[in-house]
Amino acid sequence: MFNNLQEFYFFLPVILLSAGILISVTIELYSKKSVISLSWFSVVLFFIVGILSLATIDSKSVILQNMVATGGYVNIFYALFNFTGMIVCLLSVDYLKKYDALFGEYYILLQTSVLGMMLMAAAKDLFVIFLGLELMSVSFYVLAGINRKRGSAIEASLKYFLLGAFATGFIVYGIALIYGTAETTSLDVIASKFIQLSNNLLFITGVLLFLIGFSFKIAAFPFHMWVPDVYQGSPSTISAFFSTGGKTAAFAAIIVSLFALFTSGASKIITPYLSVISVLSMFFGSIVAISQTNIKRMLAYSSISNAGYLLIGLAAGNSEGIAGVIFYLTAYTLMNLGAFGIVSIIESKEEKNLDIYDYSGLSNKQPLLSALLSLLMFSLAGIPPFAGFFGKYYIFMAAIKSDLTILAILGVLSSVISVYFYLRIVVLLYFKESQYDLNVLKTNSGMIALYISSLLIVILGIFPGKFLSIINSTL
Amino acid sequence: MENNLLLTYLIFIPLVGGLIILFVKNNKIALIKNLGLFFSLVAFIISLVIYFQFDSNNSDFQFIHKFKWIEGINVFYFVGIDGISLLLILLTTFITPLTLISSWSSIEHKVKEFTFFMLVLETGMLGVFASLDLFLFYIFWEAMLIPMYFIIGIWGGKERIYAAIKFFLYTMLGSLLMLVAIIWLAVYAGKITGGFTTDFTELLKIAPSIARDLQLWMFLAFALSFAIKVPLFPFHTWLPDAHVQAPTAGSVILAGVLLKMGTYGLLRFNLPLFPDATLILAPYISVLAVIGIIYGALVAMVQTDMKKLVAYSSVSHLGFVVLGIFAITTESIQGAVIQMVNHGLSTGALFLLVGVVYERTHTREIAEYGGIAKVVPFFAFSLLFASLSSIGLPGLNGFIGEFLILLGSFKSGVLNSWWFTVFAASGVIFAAVYLLWMYQRVVFGELKNPKLEKLTDMNSREIFVMIPIFIFIVWIGIYPSTFLNITEKATKKVIYQVNNPINVSNNQSK
Repeated sequence: MFNNLQEFYFFLPVILLSAGILISVTIELYSKKSVISLSWFSVVLFFIVGILSLATIDSKSVILQNMVATGGYVNIFYALFNFTGMIVCLLSVDYLKKYDALFGEYYILLQTSVLGMMLMAAAKDLFVIFLGLELMSVSFYVLAGINRKRGSAIEASLKYFLLGAFATGFIVYGIALIYGTAETTSLDVIASKFIQLSNNLLFITGVLLFLIGFSFKIAAFPFHMWVPDVYQGSPSTISAFFSTGGKTAAFAAIIVSLFALFTSGASKIITPYLSVISVLSMFFGSIVAISQTNIKRMLAYSSISNAGYLLIGLAAGNSEGIAGVIFYLTAYTLMNLGAFGIVSIIESKEEKNLDIYDYSGLSNKQPLLSALLSLLMFSLAGIPPFAGFFGKYYIFMAAIKSDLTILAILGVLSSVISVYFYLRIVVLLYFKESQYDLNVLKTNSGMIALYISSLLIVILGIFPGKFLSIINSTL
Repeated sequence: MENNLLLTYLIFIPLVGGLIILFVKNNKIALIKNLGLFFSLVAFIISLVIYFQFDSNNSDFQFIHKFKWIEGINVFYFVGIDGISLLLILLTTFITPLTLISSWSSIEHKVKEFTFFMLVLETGMLGVFASLDLFLFYIFWEAMLIPMYFIIGIWGGKERIYAAIKFFLYTMLGSLLMLVAIIWLAVYAGKITGGFTTDFTELLKIAPSIARDLQLWMFLAFALSFAIKVPLFPFHTWLPDAHVQAPTAGSVILAGVLLKMGTYGLLRFNLPLFPDATLILAPYISVLAVIGIIYGALVAMVQTDMKKLVAYSSVSHLGFVVLGIFAITTESIQGAVIQMVNHGLSTGALFLLVGVVYERTHTREIAEYGGIAKVVPFFAFSLLFASLSSIGLPGLNGFIGEFLILLGSFKSGVLNSWWFTVFAASGVIFAAVYLLWMYQRVVFGELKNPKLEKLTDMNSREIFVMIPIFIFIVWIGIYPSTFLNITEKATKKVIYQVNNPINVSNNQSK
């Protein structure tokens, strides 16, 4: 399987996580208090794999008979997925107790979905992308409905499954058409043939179907219908995971499969498609979010609008665009983990305290949580000096460099609209008086997760240079 | 060039102070207030040191501190000042401690947060006036919205939420378009010199050669952002709301310093970066400025709320500043800069005085007052003094600024019409009408409202706040050279840059 020990070493993050999954299954089988031990085992596992991925970032190579890439930005994605997994585990420890949903499978499914994401980011072959995608998606469908006593969770799970399967159908059909015309599933070979194949209608249809399928996964308009319901119905920690890890993985898949296009400038064929759904997503998400009163639905629409900003980076079709997308995905992951994290801490049994008006006057009782949530909202709104601002800046810069100034202008206009609903949360927290007492159980593990995310948002906002140069060096 | 860290210390001392205050316990209110005052005074002292070391015969930027901040996009931490920014920095460090003293007793809840936001705000304002990298400038410009938003929203009046959101959204809309323009400029610079840059001194060499049509767009994107901040008619509608709802300290900072960031931006960035567009658009913007002067004055005249009256008078006064800037003569621009300071002093004083009586009576309706001259003689005198300064009585500061602006706009070759001066001058007369009329209704007449009989006069703390402001009002009025000397070289340089755009590449622009 491996040609030499070095390949094995390069592939170690994936192997380690797979081994961890097998160990977790064993723990689940034989331990009675598996939930507690599994939660901490997962935190440690994700942490180690994440650090290992960053440590082996220089191991740039293609291994396993040209199936899988290692090193470079692939490892940045690895680290991001594992970091997301770790934060979600930290948030889940006490969240699951609220719903008596103490299932060991929960953590195992988190691990398998992260494994799927890693395969998507590492793929050098359409089959590997599909393999990773299915591993991730199937785990997601189960996770959405893990709390099987709640009707809304089951509804979310079913909806997610039906639409997700539909989207996968698009992707598979796209892959079939690409294979039929390019006579290969290797991404490198397809990339080298891309220019000559771009006159072939079947091939372009295949690429578009492939993109449409992933447009579902990144929650872009008009393929977003599942997002609000699924985010609202799933457990809050899982919504955090869907909106960050799931979206990042789908973007990673688009980037790796079309990377050669973006860097060779041949992406002009798909730029119109990307631009159109990008603008529609931004405005649709921002405008509809204004009318939401459920905070999870609001964040779901914000997630749609953020998919739009990220698509600008892809539409730009240059290496700055890719770097901007990776940077913004990181910032967005931190921001959404924080925001959903706070939601999960404030949420109480029976899905209470999820209305934005429940947050009124929270700053008097919970000054720290309010300050952190405000910071996250300002960052999501793209106000400096936080990471969200810099991510947007870099993406807009990439667009202007590609003479897509109009996309940047539309992007900032949509930002202004989105400021309204992000700031409404701050208004409620600080400028309104509380209507009734809110019992908030702050837990250590949850707060640690929030501190890490918030601190990184500030650091990445003020000193983005270091991380940016790491990203740029891998492209 | 050698780095001088003084300016960096000045900018970040208030922020450091604010962060330290966050760690003080909530109930130690006296300690928090004293610490806040202490850090703002330290900033004031540093700014004085800078003032004494400043060489006003040198038209280059001084106290430069520059290092690479963000590698990937070639952004520098680059601060430095010339005479224009120095004057505004002094204004900022001068006003901030005074507002902290003035809110000693009027801010009762969340004192810690208030002091923190005021200090963060000061860092933001100083950063805006000192930044010489457009990216850095934008960071300060936007980040400053957050503390001001909280100051209006938490400690403001009844409609504070509406006012805070309106303030935020308006400013944000303008500045995001400026952001696109900044990136566009940086990318353009990259195409010409091969290096993406937001360094202001580098862009000065490149931007004037942009083709005229594009320059117009760039100019408008920058100007919209600044015009909203000034606020120039017709972008002023956020101002009365924000002013009336903000607490006294917020209004003073807003009028005293924040509005100047708009006029400063026009002068610092729009004029030298886009000279062709400036010369084309100057008459149009001046028309808006003159409309603002008259409109603001007329609307101020019919206000029944004292604070709203002062707020609309700001629209009128800032109209003068914008007219001065776009008349593009040495006199008018120097007048504009001095008028920025004047407006900060006299409108700041007016807001403070309105705050003084509001704290006692909890009403700002002019009709509720009358005949308080005998009850509160100190207040009556201070209000008269501040009003006269705002009207532009010769011998006080307002006269110098307005006179220079009117003189400059009359001579202006760019505007080339004395109608601007005629209409603007009418604004001076209107100012006398609305301010003196208000004064008459509030202070003179019979004491009808029985509640006012027990009105207590200004206490020593409130008088102490007024004295330094009044000293400068007289100083500028009698001996303006102290201040005009500082700005003279910088002003001449701006005018030179507008009239002699460096045509590096005529071919490229065609």
